[in-house]
Amino acid sequence: MSIEKRIKKMFAQPKKGETYELRAGLVSQYANERKDTIKQVISAMTVGKDVSSLFPDVLKNIATHDIKQKKLVYLYLMNYAKTNPELCILAVNTFVQDTQDPNPLVRALAIRTMGCIRVDKMVDYMEIPLTKTLNDENPYVRKTAAICVAKLFDLNRQICVENGFLEKLQNLVEDSNPMVVANAISALAEIHETEPTLNVLTVDSVLLKKLLLALNECTEWGRITILTALADFEASSSDEASHIVERVVPQLQHSNPSVVLSSIKVIISNVEKLQGEEHEVVLKKLAAPLASLVSTAPEVQYVALRNIRIIVEKYPHLMTNYFKVFFVRYNDPLYLKLEKIEIIVRLASSSNSNMILNELKEYGYEFDVEFVKRAVRAIGQVGIKISKSASKAVDILIGLINERELYNEVVISLRDILRAYPEHSAMITPTIVQSFDKLVDPEAIASFIWVMGEFEVVNYESRLSEFVDQFNDLDIGVQNALVYSIVKINVKTGALKDLLAKLFNNVDKVENIEVRDQIYLYWRILSLDDSSELKKLVLTRLVKIETTIPQFQPELLEFLLRELSTLNSVLFTTTVGKGSKQTQITKIKDVKLNVINDENLLDFDDDDSETSKPGESVNILDELNDLFSSSSISPPVNNSSSTAQIAQNSTPVSNNKNTSTGGVSQDLLDLF
Amino acid sequence: MASAIHFCDIKGKSLLSRDYKGDVPSNAIEHFPFILVEADEDPAQASPVVVYNDVNYCYITHSNLYLVALTKNNSNVAQVFLFLHKLVQVLTDYFKELEEESIRDNFVVIYELLDEMMDFGTPQITETKMLKEYITQRSYQLEKKMKKAQQLGPPSAITNAVSWRNEGIVYKKNEAFLDVIESVNMLINPQGKVLRSEILGKIQVKSHLSGMPDLRLGLNDKLTNNAKGVEMEDVKFHQCVRLSKFESEKIITFIPPDGEFELMSYRLSTPLKPLIWVDCKINRHDNSRIEILCKVKAQIKKKSTANNVEILIPIPEDADSPKFRYSHGSMKWVPEKSVIVWKLKQFQGGKEYSMAAQLGLPSVSMEENAHEVKRPVQVKFQIPYFTTSGIQVRYLRINEPKLQYQSYPWVRYITQSGDDYTIRLQD
Repeated sequence: MSIEKRIKKMFAQPKKGETYELRAGLVSQYANERKDTIKQVISAMTVGKDVSSLFPDVLKNIATHDIKQKKLVYLYLMNYAKTNPELCILAVNTFVQDTQDPNPLVRALAIRTMGCIRVDKMVDYMEIPLTKTLNDENPYVRKTAAICVAKLFDLNRQICVENGFLEKLQNLVEDSNPMVVANAISALAEIHETEPTLNVLTVDSVLLKKLLLALNECTEWGRITILTALADFEASSSDEASHIVERVVPQLQHSNPSVVLSSIKVIISNVEKLQGEEHEVVLKKLAAPLASLVSTAPEVQYVALRNIRIIVEKYPHLMTNYFKVFFVRYNDPLYLKLEKIEIIVRLASSSNSNMILNELKEYGYEFDVEFVKRAVRAIGQVGIKISKSASKAVDILIGLINERELYNEVVISLRDILRAYPEHSAMITPTIVQSFDKLVDPEAIASFIWVMGEFEVVNYESRLSEFVDQFNDLDIGVQNALVYSIVKINVKTGALKDLLAKLFNNVDKVENIEVRDQIYLYWRILSLDDSSELKKLVLTRLVKIETTIPQFQPELLEFLLRELSTLNSVLFTTTVGKGSKQTQITKIKDVKLNVINDENLLDFDDDDSETSKPGESVNILDELNDLFSSSSISPPVNNSSSTAQIAQNSTPVSNNKNTSTGGVSQDLLDLF
Repeated sequence: MASAIHFCDIKGKSLLSRDYKGDVPSNAIEHFPFILVEADEDPAQASPVVVYNDVNYCYITHSNLYLVALTKNNSNVAQVFLFLHKLVQVLTDYFKELEEESIRDNFVVIYELLDEMMDFGTPQITETKMLKEYITQRSYQLEKKMKKAQQLGPPSAITNAVSWRNEGIVYKKNEAFLDVIESVNMLINPQGKVLRSEILGKIQVKSHLSGMPDLRLGLNDKLTNNAKGVEMEDVKFHQCVRLSKFESEKIITFIPPDGEFELMSYRLSTPLKPLIWVDCKINRHDNSRIEILCKVKAQIKKKSTANNVEILIPIPEDADSPKFRYSHGSMKWVPEKSVIVWKLKQFQGGKEYSMAAQLGLPSVSMEENAHEVKRPVQVKFQIPYFTTSGIQVRYLRINEPKLQYQSYPWVRYITQSGDDYTIRLQD
């Protein structure tokens, strides 16, 4: 830097000075200084400074034989083309020239960069260089040009179609070089996703053969591209499906887990078409590779685990021998630990439940509170799912409540077990009663109250009356449970008259309309003379629940099986990405996660169904919410699910009124 | 398929980025720090895939960095994560260490690599060895070559079926080194019963071979021969191995990349006996001290020796002033990790050592500590010349059709602890 410059710099405004200096450097007569300055410009760009004002000066350096410098100038162009669209035209000449350079690296670089300069005017000049590079003798250039077609399509569909680039791209699928084939398919898939109506990538038997051949020669990424295209192909016969599977199975041995997962996707999409023994044999081959995915990098494991959850639901016996693989590791991140528990509870069977419960018990002593909570719930889930292990689950839960102060979680889990196995009440109820003072979570409190009503618990009066006094401050779930239990105890034993009266007298002050209506309903029912019908109605036990493990609705499950390895399959949604999946999405838009208990809700008596709300259904709904919470588009799906459930609840209510209590419905109508 | 890739610092601020598709708003990354904060506040909801405002954030961590891929469509997430990990690997190969500093220092090369490794969201060339052929850190090298050869093209191998090896490699002495490395993961209960065990094995190859050699590897496993041998549950191969040949004929054949690479990996979950067994009893005298009695036994062949054995015993966070009694090795107290570490440089098979430690506890302990959280004992070790699975390399045939040279394969075996060799403590 000359002294003169330094003096200039001293007087200039600092910021202006920097730009000025860069500008001076860019037009320096020394090549080295120009190059260094370009680097400085890029450096400034990287840290987020706006150097777009230097556009014309940087552009002056585009004509160079130094590839490194060329790359830097191109990089600058890509970043700031939008701010100076008119000036970009000045670069066109160099681009076109570069696509004829003797060096294939330069040709490829030019065509790659042209596609990345997202300026309308650029499009007009792309036709000739793109045509030329698509037919280049060097595969490196061709593979770059193939991708550029997708870029052009994204910029301007019309020009891309009119100039026949799509056909040219389709021809490249026949190329002799595997990487060109892979990139051509990748570009076609990209175009297909944005515009499915063009049908650019239709896998037919001819293309199928080509793809299966290229599969063994491609790089790992090329294989994924091809496998993804294969997964969308519908085999026309069991022979064809068998052929595809046969060719894809070797890929399960690839060291790239993503290739493995994509192969699994192809195999699963074809496996149902296989006949007889082959079906079982092929499925069996998936188990070990799936288990191995659990030894990969944590993020990849996460994708694998979410996918395994889908696969296991479709093929429950596939992974049963591998349940130990999913035992959590001490140093797993929390999201993996939670996901592994999800798989473990689904793999629980009568032969391994003992071992699984012992393992889950250990988790109950871990450090992380969220993990421990989930483990407690899992113990309940396994206890309910496997009837013979219920008492062991209860033992473990009671042990945990004493040693680790997990009152809320344990009480909820115990409540669930009671729903499934009321015969354990003698063991469970004392624990729940003892824990009462420690309960904070509304669901746990509601559980406690429900248990009081359902099973004979002594000394309930004072506790319930406390609740009645602060009725409006309670959580709605707790209110529901409270109303239900007071009525039930009253009908059973005749006690609690005062509390009941208090409840009825203050009904107008109840804020929640559902709870208010519920109280009104009971009031009416209780004022009837026919007490035998009444008892039958109120005292019927809830239908026994079979499991508290949420399951996918069949349609959603089928959809997700086809989506393995994609974002949808990780988020359990149908809504990520629009494009080609659009048709499917509209078809399955109203899909909701189905929980087995839903069906049972229909059979419940009116009061029971109301109380079941603080129970499983809410529990599971929360979980469904969680499943969907990560997607911003899904709430409609969610809502429809909950409204559907409410509707289901209310239908039997009115039915019961009509059949069992005759004139009551008229009375009710009067009330409103 | 990623739309953009960002390197972010520990707070989530973008250091360097490359936008491949332009369909994600450029300010989307500004939300990333909030994602990190949320993950920190509510760890139960945290996951490496986050959706916000229709943009999907897929991220991995590496030293003090986050690598974030942004996408708009229903991408293949597994591929995205694999690519990010690959990117870390390539950049580590280039700069020895990938961290904030090395990104700032090498931004030009990183831009070049990002350009070469992914195009419009599709991964392209990700083999370090190939990339190094035409993307170098020092630009003058490139200029020099330019003058010499007038043009420096992409290595022809890049797009070939054998995309991992260039032609014309020459060594004076043709050698191939095979390392069979088995990592053992084990979870043992306080009574010495193994609850879960697995072997993660791999064969690491260092190839110093000329030309285009074709290699054939013979192992004593059940997958490759039907005789009595080791039964591997799942084998994964480097992309150079001909998978269809393996599937049909159970033969491992390949043209190796030059230099070091992982040829294959395998997994076994056969029941194992503990290799190093630690019997550890912790007696806690509330509000005064804890006593630790620890016995360790090497349950391996007398001829074998375990090296660099480390036994990490958890202690309460507020424990202090340790006193140790031991006959072998060395003891260390690592308060920041709340463990004491017992190191044994050499540990011969069949030997048994013991150690006693005493630590003081503060007289007033916090309420929370009343329910001591259980952490397991961790063990680290290496056992050379030994594989737990019993796998052996039978032969490695090297055939270079044109050069027909003599070559020497070398094989080494080692068993080591995996990242999860743990022993649970008594209640």
